Amino acid sequence: MSSARSEILANIRRSLGVNGLESPRKLEVQSRLSQKPRGLIPSRGAGEVEAQLNIFKREAEIVSAHVHILDSLNQAPAEIARLMKSHDLPMALRLGADQRLNGLDWSQAGLALSFGPSKGDDQAAFSHAFAGIAETGTLALLSGPDNPTSLNFLPDVHFVALAQNDLVSDLETVWVRLRKLNGDHHLPRTINLITGPSRSADIEQTLLLGAHGPRHLHILIYRH
Amino acid sequence: MTQHPTSTYFKDNAHRALQNPQLQKALGNSRKGFIERRAQAAARLPEFEALRDSARDIKNHVLAHLDLYLETYEQNVIASGGHVHYARTSEEASQIIIDLCKERGARSVTKGKSMVSEEINLNAALEKAGIKPIETDLGEYIIQLRKETPSHIIAPAIHLNKEQVEADFRKAHQHLSPERDLSQAPQLLQEARAILRQQFLAADVGITGANFLIAETGSSVIVTNEGNGDLTQIFPKTHIVIASIEKLVPTLEDASQLLRVLARSATGQDMSVYTTLSTGPRRSADPDGPQDYHVILLDNGRSSMLGGEFNDMLRCIRCGACMNHCPVYHAVGGHAYGWVYPGPMGSVLTPSLIGIEKSAPLPNASTFCGRCEEACPVRIPLPKLMRHWREREFERHLTPAVARSGLAFWAIFAKRPRLYRLCTSIAMRLMALAAGEKGLFTSLPFAKGWTQQRDLPAPQGRTFQEQWQKVRGNQ
Repeated sequence: MSSARSEILANIRRSLGVNGLESPRKLEVQSRLSQKPRGLIPSRGAGEVEAQLNIFKREAEIVSAHVHILDSLNQAPAEIARLMKSHDLPMALRLGADQRLNGLDWSQAGLALSFGPSKGDDQAAFSHAFAGIAETGTLALLSGPDNPTSLNFLPDVHFVALAQNDLVSDLETVWVRLRKLNGDHHLPRTINLITGPSRSADIEQTLLLGAHGPRHLHILIYRH
Repeated sequence: MTQHPTSTYFKDNAHRALQNPQLQKALGNSRKGFIERRAQAAARLPEFEALRDSARDIKNHVLAHLDLYLETYEQNVIASGGHVHYARTSEEASQIIIDLCKERGARSVTKGKSMVSEEINLNAALEKAGIKPIETDLGEYIIQLRKETPSHIIAPAIHLNKEQVEADFRKAHQHLSPERDLSQAPQLLQEARAILRQQFLAADVGITGANFLIAETGSSVIVTNEGNGDLTQIFPKTHIVIASIEKLVPTLEDASQLLRVLARSATGQDMSVYTTLSTGPRRSADPDGPQDYHVILLDNGRSSMLGGEFNDMLRCIRCGACMNHCPVYHAVGGHAYGWVYPGPMGSVLTPSLIGIEKSAPLPNASTFCGRCEEACPVRIPLPKLMRHWREREFERHLTPAVARSGLAFWAIFAKRPRLYRLCTSIAMRLMALAAGEKGLFTSLPFAKGWTQQRDLPAPQGRTFQEQWQKVRGNQ
C-alpha cells in the first residue's frame, strides 16, 4: 500500500519535473489553502434582504420546490398540517432533536410526531436548514442529532424550515459561516446542498420527480 | 481487471449502431435536449464564460501542484477519522475494495454512480469475490440488469427505450404481478424506487465515486439528481469512495466555482438536486451515517499524463457536454467507442489509459468540427489532443494501409501548390458535370461508407481558391 503511495507521488513529481520540496511551490499551495480566494461570484444572488428572499423563492420554484413564507416559525405546525392534508398523507411527522422545531407548540396540529433518524417507512419529515442560497434556491443542511441526514432522503415529503436571517447570496458565504461556527477543520460528517426534490431523466430523457429521495420539497421561510 | 476494450473495432461497431433502429430511436430522444438545455442555462448566467476560465485555471493550478494537494488532502481525511488508500492500477483498486468488504463480512454492496468503478471493472471483481454489487442510479440499475456498460457518462441508459426497460423489469422482478402496468416511465421509476429502497437499507457497504476531493477539508463531493448516492452512504456501516487522483481541488471555494459550470454543462441545471460533502465517518453524537470512511485514490496511468501533451485532459470534470455536442456520438452512441469513456473526451482519454494500440480508431472518430471544445466547461482543446493521438498513431504505424497510402497520395499534391490547383479545378468541374442538375451524389465508387447513410453534395464547378481570387479581385 505505502509502496503504491510513494510510487504514485514519485511518478507525479517525475512528470512535473519537481521533487516536492521546492519552497515556491509549497508557498503557493499554502497561501491558496489559507487565503481561500473566492473566485468569481455571480451577481444573481446579491441584494437586500427582501430582494434576496424573492430571488431564492424564484430559483427554488424553478426547480419544483414549494416555498411558503411565514411571519413566525410558530406558524409551522399549522402550515405543515395543512400541507399534509393537501398531499393526502397520514398525519405523522418525523423530526430530529432540533429544539427550534421540537420546542414548537404541536398540540393543535393533529400530527403524530416521532423523533430521530428514519428507518425508511416515514412519509414526511421536518428539518431545519443551516442556510439558504439565493443564487440557486439551494438549501444547506448539516448532519448531526438535530437534523439527521436520513430525514433528507427517505420521506416522500420533506419540510424544511429556513430562517430569513440564514439566507445568503451564494455558496461561498455558507463556507465562511461554517468556518466561523466550527473552525477550519471541523466540517460536519455530511453537508447536503439540496436544490429541489429528487428527480431522474434516465428513462428516455423524460424528467420525473421523486427518483429515490423526496417527491415534494416544501421550504418554510420564517421571518422571526 | 480493466474493462475489456473493443475500441479497435470502432468502424464495425459504428456500422452496427447505424443499422440498429432501437438505438437510433433512443439517440433521437437526446440529440437536441442536452444542447438546448445547456445553452439556456449558460444564457441565464452572464458570468458563465468567465466561470469557465476560472474553472480551467483552478484545474491547471491543481495539476501543477498535485503531489502537494494529495498530501494535504490525505492529512485532512485522516484528521477527520477517515482512511486513504492508493492504487496504481485497476487491479490494486479492486483488491483494496474487496479486502475492505471481506474484513467486514459484506455480502452486498450498494453503489452510487461512478465512472471510475466502471474503469476498474469493479462489479466483475466483486462478483468474482462472492460479493453482490447493486447499482442504484436508475440508469445504472437498468444497464446492470442487462449486463451492459454505460453508453454515456452521465446518462448511462441513454441508448435504451422504455419498452426495453419494461421487458428487463418484467424479467428481473418476477416476484411482482405479471399483470402490472409498466407502460409508462413513472411506473418504471416507481418500481425501481421500491426495489432499491430495500437494498439501501440492507447493504453492508456503500460505494460512491467523487466529483471532487477537497484538499482543505479532506471531503469528497458527489453530485446527483436522484439521491441514490446519499442513500448509498447513509445506511451501510462503511462508506468507500473510489476516485481518481485528478479529482482534487484546493478549497471549498474552488469546488464552488467548478460546481457552477458542472451541472450547467451536463444537464443544463444551475445546480444538480443533491450536492453532498462527506467528511470522515459519522461523529460520536450522530444518529446516522457510516461508521467508517475509506477513500481509494486511483492513478491508472494519470500521473504519466501530467506535464505532457495530454495534461489538459486531466482537467476533465466528466460533465458529458463534449459527447452531448458531438455529431459522431449522436450518430453512433456510446457503445461504439468500445470502452468506458465515449465521445470526444473518451477519444482522448482512452488511448492515454489503455494505449493507442488498443484504441487507434478513436482519435479518428471525429470530424474536428470543434463543438466539443466550444462546450467544454474547462476548455480542454479536444480536437488538438485528438490530433496529437493521430500523429502518434501514424508514427507507430498503427494507421491502416489504405489511409497511409491515401495520405501519401494527397501529400504529392499538397506539396506542389500549382499541381494541386490544376488538378482540383479539373476535378471540381468534372464532378459538377457528373452530378448534373441534382447537385447531389447518391452513390459514389470507393465512398459507399458515406453514401449509404447520406448524399454527398456535389461541387458547384469552381474551387474555393478560384472563388476566393474572384471575390478578392472584385474588392
